[in-house]
Amino acid sequence: MSARPAPRKAYWNEARLSWWERAYLPEILRGLGITGGVFMRNLWRWMTGRKGALTTYYPEETRPDYGRHNRGKHVLTQRPDGRPQCIACNMCATVCPAKVIEIDAAFDPEDPAHPKYPSRFEIDYSRCVFCGLCVEACPEDAIRMVKEVPGLPGADRHRMWLGREELLGWNPQRDVAKPYPPKPAPGGRA
Amino acid sequence: MIQDLVVYAVFIGYAIGVLMTFGLVLTWVERKQAAIMSDRIGANRAYLRIPFTDVRLVWWGLFHGIADGLKMILKEDFKPRTYDWYAYAVAPWVAFTPVLLVFAVIPFGGTLAPAKLVPALADWFGDRTYPMQIARLDAGLLIVFAFGGMTIIGAMLAGWSSSNKFSLLGALRAGSQMISYELVLGLTVLGLILIYGTVDLDDIVRQQSGIVLGFLPAWGVFLQPFAATLFMAAAIAENKRIPFDLPEAESELIAGYFTEYSAMKMGLFMFAEFIEIAIIGALFTTLFLGGYNLPYMNDSGFVFPGGHVVALPYAAVVVIQLVTFLVKVFLMCSFQILVRWSLPRFRYDQVLRFAWKFMLPLALANLTVTAVAVWLLHAVHA
Repeated sequence: MSARPAPRKAYWNEARLSWWERAYLPEILRGLGITGGVFMRNLWRWMTGRKGALTTYYPEETRPDYGRHNRGKHVLTQRPDGRPQCIACNMCATVCPAKVIEIDAAFDPEDPAHPKYPSRFEIDYSRCVFCGLCVEACPEDAIRMVKEVPGLPGADRHRMWLGREELLGWNPQRDVAKPYPPKPAPGGRA
Repeated sequence: MIQDLVVYAVFIGYAIGVLMTFGLVLTWVERKQAAIMSDRIGANRAYLRIPFTDVRLVWWGLFHGIADGLKMILKEDFKPRTYDWYAYAVAPWVAFTPVLLVFAVIPFGGTLAPAKLVPALADWFGDRTYPMQIARLDAGLLIVFAFGGMTIIGAMLAGWSSSNKFSLLGALRAGSQMISYELVLGLTVLGLILIYGTVDLDDIVRQQSGIVLGFLPAWGVFLQPFAATLFMAAAIAENKRIPFDLPEAESELIAGYFTEYSAMKMGLFMFAEFIEIAIIGALFTTLFLGGYNLPYMNDSGFVFPGGHVVALPYAAVVVIQLVTFLVKVFLMCSFQILVRWSLPRFRYDQVLRFAWKFMLPLALANLTVTAVAVWLLHAVHA
């Protein structure tokens, strides 16, 4: 409301061509000169070891303004002993709009504080829409999304399921916000 | 006799090898040059892996051509249920073969004397010499136009036999466009024929190694600058490339006259187009850029303005001529690709108006002026 928009330069080609433009050839040569000049400039940059393109060569390079909060590949956070933080509550699988998360819960009698854990945790990346609802729904900060998406493209949709071990291990992260007591020694309460 | 066969087999192998290499490399050059012109990187993901190692040869995407070829060979060769299957199957070859045949009369080097080049063969070859050209025909330029005009039959056959409306429209456009521009092409070259007094391409090249006005090499582009420009424009139109690609305008006609073609048949049309780029480059080089000779150069060495003569050994002359021809052709190909990625497409009425109301009068005017000038020069000399 307060700031006036900056005045824009009006581009307007005269509807009638001048005789110089209607002669056609000079303007064609001028256009060829422009594109040829750009070509020679970029070629010279490549030949002198610089980069002669605006393209960001994505997986190898990332732009400095690459979105910090980009939602990329999922990570299952670990407890200090390397087991998943996940308590298999199925909230992420329930909220997932694409229904790509499959969890099998199992019972761990040796950890009375967290007796339920996922024996199977799989995400089907061929259908995932990267909406981030699973991360928001998780009560335990057990699932996160990092901004990178490495190694996702595949030639076969059946190989785009990522399992528990890969989600835990490809970019190991621990939940540092919530310190954990060590797992009690087997055989009794501490 | 048997010596002739050997030499011409070598020539034919060389010519076909050069054309195929140009066709393959130009697909890469076109991609890369377009990318560099528009601040992009261009195709660079295909690689060859040396077997049993992890060494990947990327080489700036040079192997994308191989990937293209493999893809086209392995794709399903889809055939429409056309009522004229024979014409449908023959059309790509009718479009492709004449393009190759045109090269037969284009000289790609000076005179080859095998005895002087390889002393070990002196006994066998004696004093035979061969102009480096597959067919030394004194009707060279006429052969070029005869074969060049045949490609249109391929396009028409393809469009007609596909029983597809887009193909038919494309073929009709190709027909009227190519006939119009062939006329302009012929008229622009007539001026050159008047000046050189021959249609033998090798003779035309030899006459271009002289000097005019005391310092300029007697290249066609200096004698007939106007005709050179018109020839280039008409040749690009003949090849149906942007800005004259109305027959295959993809936003209007899908792929024009080869809409119904797939796999390697479609590849033949594309390959013919790329080889025709090289052919146009070779023709332009031969007619307007002094052919296989460097400026001021002839078969024995350099004759610079002022009468300064530099003699060259025979082997050096042969190598320089072969390389010069290839470099000139490559530069002309690169220029055509520059045109293709710079200019927007015409509207169809503009294409025909451009041919009949702009280029044809200009070519006729150029021809008239040339004829008068040649007549005056002859009158003065006589």
